[in-house]
Amino acid sequence: MIEIKNLNKKFGKLEVLSDVDLTFKKGECIALIGPNGCGKTTLIKSILGMVIPTKGDVLFNQKSILKEYLYREQIGYMPQIGRYPDYMTIGQIIEMIKKIRNSNQTLDEDLLKAFDLEKIFDKQMRTLSGGTTQKVSATLAFLFNPQVLILDEPTAGLDPLASEILKDKIIKEKEKGKLILITSHLLSELDDMITQIIFMQDGKVHFHKTIADLLESTKEQKISKAIAKILKSQSNE
Amino acid sequence: MNRIIRIIFLDILKNKIILAYTIILGILSWSSFGLEDNSAKGLLTILNIILFTVPLVSILFATIYLYNSSEFIELLLSQPIKRKKIWLSLFLGLSLSMVLAFFIGAGIPLLVYAPDSVGIMMLVVGCLISLVFVALAFLSSILTRDKSKGIGIAIMSWLYFALLFDGIVLFLLFQFSDYPIEKAMVAVTALSPIDLARIQILLQLDASAMMGYTGAIFKDFFGTSLGLLISFLLLCFWVVVPFFISLIKFKNKDL
Repeated sequence: MIEIKNLNKKFGKLEVLSDVDLTFKKGECIALIGPNGCGKTTLIKSILGMVIPTKGDVLFNQKSILKEYLYREQIGYMPQIGRYPDYMTIGQIIEMIKKIRNSNQTLDEDLLKAFDLEKIFDKQMRTLSGGTTQKVSATLAFLFNPQVLILDEPTAGLDPLASEILKDKIIKEKEKGKLILITSHLLSELDDMITQIIFMQDGKVHFHKTIADLLESTKEQKISKAIAKILKSQSNE
Repeated sequence: MNRIIRIIFLDILKNKIILAYTIILGILSWSSFGLEDNSAKGLLTILNIILFTVPLVSILFATIYLYNSSEFIELLLSQPIKRKKIWLSLFLGLSLSMVLAFFIGAGIPLLVYAPDSVGIMMLVVGCLISLVFVALAFLSSILTRDKSKGIGIAIMSWLYFALLFDGIVLFLLFQFSDYPIEKAMVAVTALSPIDLARIQILLQLDASAMMGYTGAIFKDFFGTSLGLLISFLLLCFWVVVPFFISLIKFKNKDL
């Protein structure tokens, strides 16, 4: 569904992504992990067209996304730090996005209800805590039933109850056959969700494996331990 | 497109600054027209508003608004909307509100007290100047990510067009007064939208007699309908070119 071909991105002299080649298919739930500043968010933003690649291309359903915009109808994006106009209320933001999308599909308001956002609809965005802002971002990402979900650190800042709700929702959507892309540092949280894992370092893809492969090759039960083992064996070499 | 323009337009109207700007323009215009029976002094006051206040408020307000809506722009970018459409909607929303503020504040008294060619000319030029400086604001806000730098650029460009440019022209006139540079001066005015506006209005006011020989040359050129047309086109150029450059830059910007 999404193909990343030979993607390069430089910010001035700093090389953030170099020769990234990846393919994501429907029904996969992929975790994108790696140390801070390894280019995860830049990669995600390139898929969304918010960052324009220096070289290379991203194909969405076999079509290049450069200079395209309609493909974004099929993507729900939850940013790492949601930034919204300060003086708009939660209700106004959701209303505005609905108007902009102008879609006649049935809306997926599960999260809106699960997070109890309707009660605080008239609160202004600047008064919200980081966690509540994340809840709004999550709700917006899932609202239009997109085929692809891109979640940048979805559970960071959420309380345990809310992150449990979000995880359940992610699993539910995965079972519907959607493509889900998650970046996270909390490896333990990913265990029961993901099918594949991509490890990035210094703008390069270190490995891209299915979970079964990963666990088998390292003979571990948990993803976090398996990753740790791989990293350790590499630093020993 | 309309949906986004409406959202932006309503957001700006909610902003008290635009309301204050309209009221101040209104107070200045109504009181200066009301002071004397003769509308000439009122016209001169409005001329000064057009040449100084309108550019300053337009460029500053638009620049600050653009920086403050960076979150909004980011939010829109993750939605299925063309970049061009976002930038164009912002421009139309901002220009519409600046022109509306000028029209209500200064335009209505102009039409009431000076409903002749001078009044209408001033109205049109004032609206165009608002547009020019909104366009320049788009350019200055896309040049740098840093808000204070962007506002600095906006203020500097206002200073340059409103004050410095005149000084430079005057300096050139004196330095090269031995040479026949009058015709070249006509071309030089095209480099500043405020000067274009000033000359167009002064010629309508018949004050060109006071500008000596250069004034006569100006009258010769800008007084004809062709000259008028060219100077209006030049003003429109000052709207289109800065905005177009900013649009190209915005299309390739990383957010």
